[in-house]
Amino acid sequence: MFNINRRDFLNLAGGTAIVSTLGFPMVSFGASKRVVIVGGGIGGATAAKYIRMADSSIDVTLIEVNKHYHTCFMSNEVLAGSRNLDSIKFGYSGLKKHGVNVVHDLVTGIDPVAKKVSTKGGKTFSYDACIVSPGISFNWDSIEGYDAKVAEKIPHAWKAGSQTGLLRNQITSMKNGGTVVIVAPPNPFRCPPGPYERASQIAWYLKNNKPKSKIIILDPKIKFSKMGLFTAGWQRHYGYKSANSMIEWVGADDGGEVTKIDSRKLIVSAEETFKANVLNVIPPQKAGKIAFAADLVSSTGWCPVNHQTFESTRHKDVHVIGDAAMASPLPKSGYAANSEAKVCAAAVVAKLNGKEAPAPSYINTCYSIITPTDAMSVAMVYRLADGKIAKVKGAGGLTPADASDAMRQREVDYAHSWFKNTTHDVFG
Amino acid sequence: MRKKYFVQFILLLCSGMFSGVILAATPSASMLANTCVGCHGPNGSSLGPASPTIAGMSKDNFIEIMTAYQSGERPATVMTRIAKGYTNEEIELMADFFSKQKFVRQKQKYDSGKAKLGKKLHKKYCEKCHEKGGSSAEDDAGILAGQWEPYLRYSMEDFTKNGRKMEKKMKKKMGALQKEYGDKGIDALINYYASQN
Repeated sequence: MFNINRRDFLNLAGGTAIVSTLGFPMVSFGASKRVVIVGGGIGGATAAKYIRMADSSIDVTLIEVNKHYHTCFMSNEVLAGSRNLDSIKFGYSGLKKHGVNVVHDLVTGIDPVAKKVSTKGGKTFSYDACIVSPGISFNWDSIEGYDAKVAEKIPHAWKAGSQTGLLRNQITSMKNGGTVVIVAPPNPFRCPPGPYERASQIAWYLKNNKPKSKIIILDPKIKFSKMGLFTAGWQRHYGYKSANSMIEWVGADDGGEVTKIDSRKLIVSAEETFKANVLNVIPPQKAGKIAFAADLVSSTGWCPVNHQTFESTRHKDVHVIGDAAMASPLPKSGYAANSEAKVCAAAVVAKLNGKEAPAPSYINTCYSIITPTDAMSVAMVYRLADGKIAKVKGAGGLTPADASDAMRQREVDYAHSWFKNTTHDVFG
Repeated sequence: MRKKYFVQFILLLCSGMFSGVILAATPSASMLANTCVGCHGPNGSSLGPASPTIAGMSKDNFIEIMTAYQSGERPATVMTRIAKGYTNEEIELMADFFSKQKFVRQKQKYDSGKAKLGKKLHKKYCEKCHEKGGSSAEDDAGILAGQWEPYLRYSMEDFTKNGRKMEKKMKKKMGALQKEYGDKGIDALINYYASQN
């Protein structure tokens, strides 16, 4: 029998990897540590890659039902026609190059006692650590007349891909002078500035193609993310608050909460009724389905986690990252999911090597593009304080309200740079 | 419950952290660098189209820039906000990390005629501080060769139109360049740096 300590083991494991590339058979000293990742979105894909980069002796399996992932970020530019759907589509070949075992199947259960993940395809995967990045699911019963079936015709487009394409087609087929109604969701939800960026991007398309048209946002909230910057932008470009404003926002105080839709006639009932030519309903949200099946969700509908490791407070050795995790003050954004995944990956690697979780550092930057030459951002750096994620005092914040046109144009270029570099960071 | 809180209170007193917040230790260099690469690319080499590559720059240059962002002396879109999120110790760790990474250049569009003039102008006005065609890190003056074109353009705009502070020598050289060649000279320089791939 070999009698080796962990450091020797790591050295040996590294050594065998070199040997194997020279054509010798791989020699394995005992079973390597196994991580199973559930969900191949931004959080899951980042975690898979970063674990392999930190410790290539760890066996990483990522289970994702779809062969491709469409990013939600930049999907509003698809609606405007500024980019095509393929430009936000990513595959998993990059992860495979990092040695991630990618399995296309649907996870149906996680057994935290036996430490096994089971799939619809009838497979089971054992793990030492499991990372769940389930994304969101919808509360279908909250708006009368809107459910998963209706969403096939009246898109939510809050998970990008075919839904994005459907909404784009409806907007391009709409007559000049038509009304687009966007039903915004209550807090908390994926991508807080998203519905308002969406209105901006659709407005850009309409202004240039169907200028007699209108967008009405019906909102169950009294305020929204980057509100001052959005409304100032809408004033600059879309006549906001004027008699012929292209965008109208109806908040909760003005009766914006939608209770019912008639999917056949496209009539939306809030305090008043609104007739739409194109209707986009973004329903209230909760953690993704598998998080419920695996008992990772609290009564809030979201997943409570340790903020240093993202380990579930409900089940040991199961970690939850991304939109489903309760990581406030980190927002439910793609970049926050990417940042959480890196912190979680480092904690998992440390644990599997018998070490303490390292001190974390988190970041978020969210760009909102309102025309092809006008964007704004919100940024924040976070650290761990008293065991909780906390904003670093004095850091971060919004694009200044008095930023020049030139600076807002730069933000568009930096938004696109963020997209290119981040998607490479996740999938490349 | 009460007893539990009392115990926590005593523990806080004993730990000497009664008035303060218990912060985790300083994150490692790679943990910190992980927060940069979403915008600045793998190991700090940006894939563009605008955010600059920060790989390979000298430690001193990195620290100087982050400090200037913190104070607001240097203008930026998001970096003035983000730089304030890190302590001096953290900035030094990041500076050390990125100084050890290779500046990976990407192919960019450029005008070869302008680049040719730019090469000449670089030698005359810039090479003394931005050594080796603007590719050296050792001069602590910032790597220009192969940097992203829009970023170079924005930086030059800040220097020439938006009052970004320049060192005495740079101010003198920039003034001389503009007097002789105007905006065309600046444009030629940008094309030269973008042409180096």
